[in-house]
Amino acid sequence: MAKPRTVMIDGNEATASVAHRINDVCAIYPITPSSNMGEFADEWSARGQTNIWGTVPDVVEMQSEGGAAGAVHGSLQGGALTTTFTASQGLLLMIPTMYKVAGELTSTVFHVSARSIATHALSIFGDHSDINAVRQTGWGLLCSNSVQEAHDMAAIAQMATLDSRIPFIHFFDGFRTSHEVSKIDYIEDDDLRALIDDEKVRAHRERALSPDRPMIRGTSQNPDTFFQAREAINGFYEVCPQHVVNAMERFGEQIGRHYKLFDYVGDPEAERVVVIMGSGADAVHEMVDHLVAKGEKIGLVKVRLYRPFSVKHLMEALPKTTKKIAVLDRTKEPGAIAEPLHMDVVHALAEARNLGINPFAADPVVVGGRYGLSSKEFNDGMVKAVFDNLAADQPRNHFTVGIVDDVTHLSLDVDDDFDIAPDSVFRGVFFGLGADGTVGANKNSIKIIGDETDNFAQGYFVYDSKKAGAVTISHLRFGPDPIRSSYLIRKAKFVACHQWIFMEKLDMLSFAQPGATFLVNSPFGPDEIWDHFPREVQEDIKAKDLKVYCIDATKVAQDTGMGRRTNTIMQTCFFAISGILPRDEAIAKIKSAIKKTYGAKGDEIVQLNYNAVDGTLANLHEVTIPDEITATATRPPIVSDAAPDLVKNVTALMIAGKGDLLPVSAFPPDGTWPTGTTQWEKRNIAIDIPVWDESICIQCNKCSMVCPHAAIRAKVYDPSLLDGAPVTFKSVDYKAKDFAGQKFTIQVAPEDCTGCQLCVRVCPAKDKANPKHKSLNMAPQMPLREPERENYEFFLGLPEVDRTAVKLDVKGAQFLQPLFEYSGACEGCGETPYVKLLSQLFGDRALIGNATGCSSIYGGNLPTTPYAQNADGRGPAWNNSLFEDNAEFSMGFRLAVDQTNERAVHLLKGLSAELGDTLVDEIINADQTTEAGIAAQRERVQVLRDKLAGNSSPDAVNLVHMADYLVRKSIWAVGGDGWAYDIGYGGLDHVLASGRDVNVLVLDTGVYSNTGGQASKATPLAATAKFAMAGKDIAKKDLGLMAMAYGHVYVAQVAFGAKDSQTVRAFTEAESYRGPSIIIAYSHCIAHGYNLIDGLDHQKMAVDSGAWPLYRFDPRRAALGENPLKLDSKAPKMAFEQFANTETRFRMLQKVDPERAKKLLADAQRSVSGRFDIYQQLASLSCGSENDSDAN
Amino acid sequence: MDLKTKYLGLELKNPIVVGACPLSTDVDSISKLADAGAAAVVLPSLFEEEIMAAARAAMEMESAGAGFAEASSYLPNPDGYHIGPGQYLEHLEAAKKAVEIPIIGSLNGTSVGGWTSYSKKMEDVGADALELNTYLLPFDADETGANVEQRTIDIVKAVKDAVSIPVSVKLSPFFSSLPNLAKQLEAAGADGLVIFNRFYQPDVDIESLEVVPNLRLSTADELRLRLRWLAVLSAQSGLSLSATGGAHSAVDVIKAVMCGAHSVQLVSALLIHGPDHIGRTLDAMEFWLKDHEYTNLEQMQGSLSLAKVENPKAFARANYMKMLDSWEM
Repeated sequence: MAKPRTVMIDGNEATASVAHRINDVCAIYPITPSSNMGEFADEWSARGQTNIWGTVPDVVEMQSEGGAAGAVHGSLQGGALTTTFTASQGLLLMIPTMYKVAGELTSTVFHVSARSIATHALSIFGDHSDINAVRQTGWGLLCSNSVQEAHDMAAIAQMATLDSRIPFIHFFDGFRTSHEVSKIDYIEDDDLRALIDDEKVRAHRERALSPDRPMIRGTSQNPDTFFQAREAINGFYEVCPQHVVNAMERFGEQIGRHYKLFDYVGDPEAERVVVIMGSGADAVHEMVDHLVAKGEKIGLVKVRLYRPFSVKHLMEALPKTTKKIAVLDRTKEPGAIAEPLHMDVVHALAEARNLGINPFAADPVVVGGRYGLSSKEFNDGMVKAVFDNLAADQPRNHFTVGIVDDVTHLSLDVDDDFDIAPDSVFRGVFFGLGADGTVGANKNSIKIIGDETDNFAQGYFVYDSKKAGAVTISHLRFGPDPIRSSYLIRKAKFVACHQWIFMEKLDMLSFAQPGATFLVNSPFGPDEIWDHFPREVQEDIKAKDLKVYCIDATKVAQDTGMGRRTNTIMQTCFFAISGILPRDEAIAKIKSAIKKTYGAKGDEIVQLNYNAVDGTLANLHEVTIPDEITATATRPPIVSDAAPDLVKNVTALMIAGKGDLLPVSAFPPDGTWPTGTTQWEKRNIAIDIPVWDESICIQCNKCSMVCPHAAIRAKVYDPSLLDGAPVTFKSVDYKAKDFAGQKFTIQVAPEDCTGCQLCVRVCPAKDKANPKHKSLNMAPQMPLREPERENYEFFLGLPEVDRTAVKLDVKGAQFLQPLFEYSGACEGCGETPYVKLLSQLFGDRALIGNATGCSSIYGGNLPTTPYAQNADGRGPAWNNSLFEDNAEFSMGFRLAVDQTNERAVHLLKGLSAELGDTLVDEIINADQTTEAGIAAQRERVQVLRDKLAGNSSPDAVNLVHMADYLVRKSIWAVGGDGWAYDIGYGGLDHVLASGRDVNVLVLDTGVYSNTGGQASKATPLAATAKFAMAGKDIAKKDLGLMAMAYGHVYVAQVAFGAKDSQTVRAFTEAESYRGPSIIIAYSHCIAHGYNLIDGLDHQKMAVDSGAWPLYRFDPRRAALGENPLKLDSKAPKMAFEQFANTETRFRMLQKVDPERAKKLLADAQRSVSGRFDIYQQLASLSCGSENDSDAN
Repeated sequence: MDLKTKYLGLELKNPIVVGACPLSTDVDSISKLADAGAAAVVLPSLFEEEIMAAARAAMEMESAGAGFAEASSYLPNPDGYHIGPGQYLEHLEAAKKAVEIPIIGSLNGTSVGGWTSYSKKMEDVGADALELNTYLLPFDADETGANVEQRTIDIVKAVKDAVSIPVSVKLSPFFSSLPNLAKQLEAAGADGLVIFNRFYQPDVDIESLEVVPNLRLSTADELRLRLRWLAVLSAQSGLSLSATGGAHSAVDVIKAVMCGAHSVQLVSALLIHGPDHIGRTLDAMEFWLKDHEYTNLEQMQGSLSLAKVENPKAFARANYMKMLDSWEM
């Protein structure tokens, strides 16, 4: 057998590369961490890459996973080999269809990167909750434990399903396997061709529906027959395991890699055995090898075929000598006797005994434990703890490992210092920012090492949950032996800090082993860097005797034309000082990798990177470590001392990247967290921040309006409050009449600002003598941090502006306290200004349901959450149910609020004797359409409470309990276009049709932004997006017009960057309307392909070109006999193409396929013009025809 | 009527060349221009600066999406998404295949490497000649006029070393001694000059206090500046000359040729009147030449150059001097 070709790819690519070649159709829908599999398939089909039968698979994006499953079912019934890729909630949405597919004995494989299911919280990370939620559907479940196995099992699953007719899920661990880059042996087309039996494929096709040999499936059956018919399937499940065995054997013969249903590793006479499936099995394998070599009688059973579960094969795998078994489940099934795999093994032993195939002299003791939920680490120390537990006379059952459970005390003790990493394995840890290219460069580096040396290589990448200023940690391993360490590096030989700002935030050197090398991108040279290290860093360097190198990569990048991109430079340093390859050879390999990566995009990018490589070595310096520790400054505390205890004791650890250390007792059991915690996480990610020149400010508050992070704010206040102000605090007389005599300040939050510059861009106030100087100008943050921090604290201490005195226009709204602040959204995000505005206008009485997506991630991802509270303790109450059910979920808030209000009114009336008729009448009939009205009602409620204080009658107690519901609540459903146009549209439509008072805010970026820019029905015609790589040729769905068709729905389309006054008006009108409202908000996004500094200009162009008409449709106007539609933007004054030319999403197609681009742009122009015409005509219709006819 | 002329060593069937403009951005339009009678087409400039900015932007976009758990990128990665001169070169190649007339590539570089490599690439795909668009506005008070001239000369030398097709240089009128620069450029290997570049003349907005980009089409008045310098340069230089800016009609073309132009580039007139304007202009030229008993265009070529015109001082002096001249005995 010839030596196979090796490739360095991740688990998703390894899987998709097989699936794409052995299927005709892929019906897909993006969901983390499986999205890349669909993207790969789409990309390959777009390139014309064929399957093994020579045709290009049809890759189709559906509107939801439920839709994808339906399309797969139909395509299978049509006879095509069909697959899909999914995870977590996506798999759950497929369940109903999966029952059908299995019930009809249909051959197919779904590839699943297994992920947690949202329970007390959403998690995008890996465990087996989703897989265990489908184990009852009748599908085969085949597990891969590594990237190589994902590649192999993708083929074996297909072979098995074709042989057995049982549909299969091939699964592997989300992130740990799906996203790990590893060196694997590649299965070539010819081998795949040999593995897939054409006769079986023909049989599959012959079972398809065809009018040429008609038949019917999907009948409905009755009590007389259903049961028997269901049992008729049994024989297929009985022989299925053997089909899988056969497939594995044929695979082994053809490919040379051999698998069993249950693979045993370890001493043949092992006494203690772990049973496990997934990536954790590799960690156990590594430990078993280590301890067996030391003479321990231990072993491991890797479960590959989880369903159908073969008792016989498990018994064959377990050594006869087994005395104790620990079954590890990567899932939690609350209320069950045990977790699913544990129960299976216990039951299997009992069955085996009954069947007489039990090989043991005495029944082994079986214990079970949970590990690794949501990608929780499962490392060598933890594996050791599991074996140690088994060694006890009475091993603990139902344990957990990897956490500290100080509540129910189920967790095993773990020796954190236990480490079996051999010295032959290189271990490097690299700290970078999300957007600085560190991850990309490290993927490149590990690929170079894997491709160009004989080493085995592994790259794994850890991300935090922020978009702006996200920290990434790359973990790279390589060495002469296969790498089974499916866990993070704890003791690195090489630590790299790609951003100097981490020095004061992160304990990077906790990863360094003694004698390790520390590479720092530093603005300080080799002679001065030492004095700039915090004391902790100096101490670690001395204590661990580290070698330190520094380079000013930022300067090298600027000097070599790379702009802000330092990744190639840091990569070159890594190769230069790590000595993996001879220096010249390493440089040559880097260049060849650059050529490979960028060659297709053009010589220019290649040359820029070459220049950076060439400019690096002369600037790389080894730092001479002084004898003395000189630093007095230590790292600042993670959070302020003024923070609440929970933030100091729990949140701060999460911020510091030490959340793993938190015990169970630190957490609420039901997922409930306090709001307003972003205020404690001072991220200091802006290099430059805006500085206010009060002398030319025109006090328009537009800066505050556009700020995505509520990091620039406006206040008016009494001049007397300036007593004691910091010396640099700026203040001017307020100019307008509404707060005459007061002072005015625009204040920047220096540590929360991301430096996006939108405020500077929108600032209309220019120095007449020097127009480039505006009222806001960017300046370096570092020197301003201390004084502006003090100023901001003083500013926050000034009283909030009286809500009842504020006029609700752009300027006035910005005097209202934002109750959504400092989120982790991208710098310059186009969505968050709308969310912030919502929070300012209605946040103190808002319930928000948030569809999963960007807005739920920046809205509710720990460690800190941006929804905040005012001084009265009021603020938005927020929850994320799912992606698909958000409109319905939010409508549920309305139902509950209205019902509780009704109950309160009922009680109120019953207690009128105690409360007085006047108060009762006033409360029931209160005008709550204004801020003053709301304030008055709150006062009445307080009077009510005072009057009922001490009244212990059940009605009084209940009324006091519910009295807050007498104040009007504002119900919002917030989400992106993926939710509103696609997956949640059915529910959204129903909620709009319900007539209930629910406000819907659609943050429309025109793509699934959170998962990486996949096309939605909101994607504009002529734009490219993932799954619309050839340019979308269907016009954007006109959600607004569809909603208007109901007649009773308030509909507005807004773009704050084009006309902020219309935006504010739409929000206030929508909220005041006592029926359903929908606001479709243009949200510029990084997925549009331009620097978000220009986001506001792009919004203007979208409106000026007619691509985004602004309008408000208010059914209240129709009731007055007026035309309900008001068009708020003028007829297009620029061509669509002119707008399109400014965004990569459109320009990309012009480069790739100019002819098609030309056609689509012409189509887009027609569509845009046509739509504007329709709106113009609708807005100019004469309404009130009933009155007219009466008059006639 | 024989309207043939020789420009940059290329035999042109008439002197009308389509200057760099949007009309030559697609092949169909170039075919129409050729059918209408254009003798050659200059493609719009390839701007190295734009390519490099796009390259940097592409890298920024790529890393903007690489560091997040849920998104490994934010834009698709289609085959053929190429940042660089590829599309320009494909266009040049397609234009060459589509028409018989010469196609002249135009280039605006920012680095010596850019000037030479892109020139070579244009030559490789079949450009008949190159027009170097040395759009240099010297804003730096520390840079001398000689330096500015030397940069242009160095570019020409480098490009001429790299390619064997003819090379012309599109100049601005803002040089202190155009004849001397022309002489140096000729020595550096230039084959021709294109005079003059019409710079964008930005406007300012007094409300927003901003500079507003503004492109206005040329008017026939602008031709006068060209006529003077054509007359001056053609009298003392062996360079092939092309007039650009202000030629709208047959008379304009004739004037330019008489002053020494070997070709005349039309842009604004074509944007206003369409490609068919070329045919009408050629018809009118033929009529005029016949009417004035010329047998071919060559007869008039340079007839009003500084060397041949009856009163050369008229080119040299400002208008008011003319009145004084009339008193000169």
